[in-house]
Amino acid sequence: MKKLKHILTLLLLAVGTLASRAEFGDIPLLTGEEKQHIAREMQQEEEGDVDVKETIFHHLGDGYGWEVPFMHVYRIPLPVMVKAEDGKWFCFSSSKLTEVVAIEDMETGKVKEYLIPVIHQEVKDGKTYSFVIAHTSAHKNKVVEIFPLSAEDQKIVEAQLGEGEENVVIDGYVNVGGKYYREYRPLDISITKNVLALLIAAVIVTALVMILVSFYKRKGLHAPRKGMGFFEMLISFIYDGIIKSTLGKKADKFAPYLLTCFFFILIMNLLGLIVIFPGGANLTGNIAITLVLALLTFVITNVLGTKHYWKEIFWPDVPLLLKFPIPIMQIIEVFGIFTKPAALCVRLFANMMGGHMIVITLTLLIFIFAAFGAAAMGGATVVSVLFSIFMLLLDVLVSFIQAYVFTLLSAIFISMGQEEGHGHGKEAHDQANTEETAIENK
Amino acid sequence: MELFTPDLGLVFWMFIAFLVVFLVLGKWGWPVIIKNMNQRADTIDKGIEDAAEAKRQLEGAREEARKYMEEAQQKQAEMLREAAKMKSQIIEEAKVEAAAEAKKVMDAAKVSIEQQRKEAELQFKNEVSRFSLEIAEKMVRKEMATDKAQTELVDKLIGEIDRN
Repeated sequence: MKKLKHILTLLLLAVGTLASRAEFGDIPLLTGEEKQHIAREMQQEEEGDVDVKETIFHHLGDGYGWEVPFMHVYRIPLPVMVKAEDGKWFCFSSSKLTEVVAIEDMETGKVKEYLIPVIHQEVKDGKTYSFVIAHTSAHKNKVVEIFPLSAEDQKIVEAQLGEGEENVVIDGYVNVGGKYYREYRPLDISITKNVLALLIAAVIVTALVMILVSFYKRKGLHAPRKGMGFFEMLISFIYDGIIKSTLGKKADKFAPYLLTCFFFILIMNLLGLIVIFPGGANLTGNIAITLVLALLTFVITNVLGTKHYWKEIFWPDVPLLLKFPIPIMQIIEVFGIFTKPAALCVRLFANMMGGHMIVITLTLLIFIFAAFGAAAMGGATVVSVLFSIFMLLLDVLVSFIQAYVFTLLSAIFISMGQEEGHGHGKEAHDQANTEETAIENK
Repeated sequence: MELFTPDLGLVFWMFIAFLVVFLVLGKWGWPVIIKNMNQRADTIDKGIEDAAEAKRQLEGAREEARKYMEEAQQKQAEMLREAAKMKSQIIEEAKVEAAAEAKKVMDAAKVSIEQQRKEAELQFKNEVSRFSLEIAEKMVRKEMATDKAQTELVDKLIGEIDRN
């Protein structure tokens, strides 16, 4: 098996070398030597101290392929979809952007494999487009389109590049295998690791609900047992506990949104805690995801807001001096419109990312302590594994609590937007406010 | 800072995915489940009410049954009493009737005994008269064996008629 891998690598190298001689357009593909060079650089980086920040960000971030379980350098290829600078769309496999290179350690003679980014070229209408996953660039770990340097670019790069320095990040340019190119970050709607995890979560949520629905269709009013019974219990917990109690008569209008929200977040949270393939993506710890969710709550609250809601914002029930001539209350209320969903977005993001970060850091402790000898490493391993397990279990709880809190706060914000009339409405408002503060204090 | 800048591609896909899930589940998922859960809750509530009602009815029925039972027992006792009364009455009546009958039979017997006695008396009388006639005849025959005696008698008889 190992031999086969070596032969394959050699073959790939050979093909790479041949292709680079063929020279597509102006940008040459990486030669075998260049690839080896990149891999060696990686090896050197690895031999130094553990780069904690880099590792954490790698695990928390997104990627164009999904790591095959227990095989560090191999990736499940995923489609990359980008819009080039001149507006053309490209779709290709992420496996074309990376290559596995095996190099031999000079001292020990051990062969080790490295996953290196390579230039991928696509020809469309007689023009050649080159893409690469940027490494030394402002758009690190993202696909960029690269162009050869013009005379002007050359000057800028040389001006920024000090004597004898390589790998310097220059804004607008990318360093690939020691050479600089002008970069353009294309509009990128690739199915990345996070997007695939998202789609898996979406499928799971839909499947869960549909299984329950089909159970009802088959068995009428019978109660489901076991797993489905637990699922139904959760639904009724959210529906009766949050939606009905905050929204009252309007519960059924907003229930689909809030329930979808809760289960989507819950499934994403839990998937994130599974270390290997179908899970492992740090979804709800990604601000893009929470942003969309918070934005949806924001839109629903304000677009469907009643007259009374807007009146409370622009002419609230407070002493005249607080709202005229200087509109203090109005400013506060208008700020409130935006801060509420922003808090919603950041709370979920920070909680989930924090959880992931702690677990990764605890694991990294082992490698940090490895520098102090075997005994220190052994001790660190026991401690960090125990703590990691504890944190992961805590994260299961947090997953649930955060999904619950997000749904609860969304329901409260929406119910504020749904207030009508005065006497009764104000009471509900106050109650909602106290509830909100109580939760935020937690 | 990569972590804090939302990635446009992910925002786009999240929006699409969430919207699709929301629309699908909002149409075919959640309303069905909520409706079903409410319906089931209503059914259970109704079931509980029905059970309470049934229990109440059962209780009522039991009470009624007890009442009927009591009534029946009362009636039974009454009937028994009446039957006993009737029995003694019948016996009494029978006794009276039997006595009457016996008396009648006795009377009849007395009458027949009397009759028989009378008949016997009559017979006896007849016998006696026949015997006396026979005796008289024998005596007459002996007395009248001579003509003188016969003439004397005729004379005497004529004398008697003459006196008359």
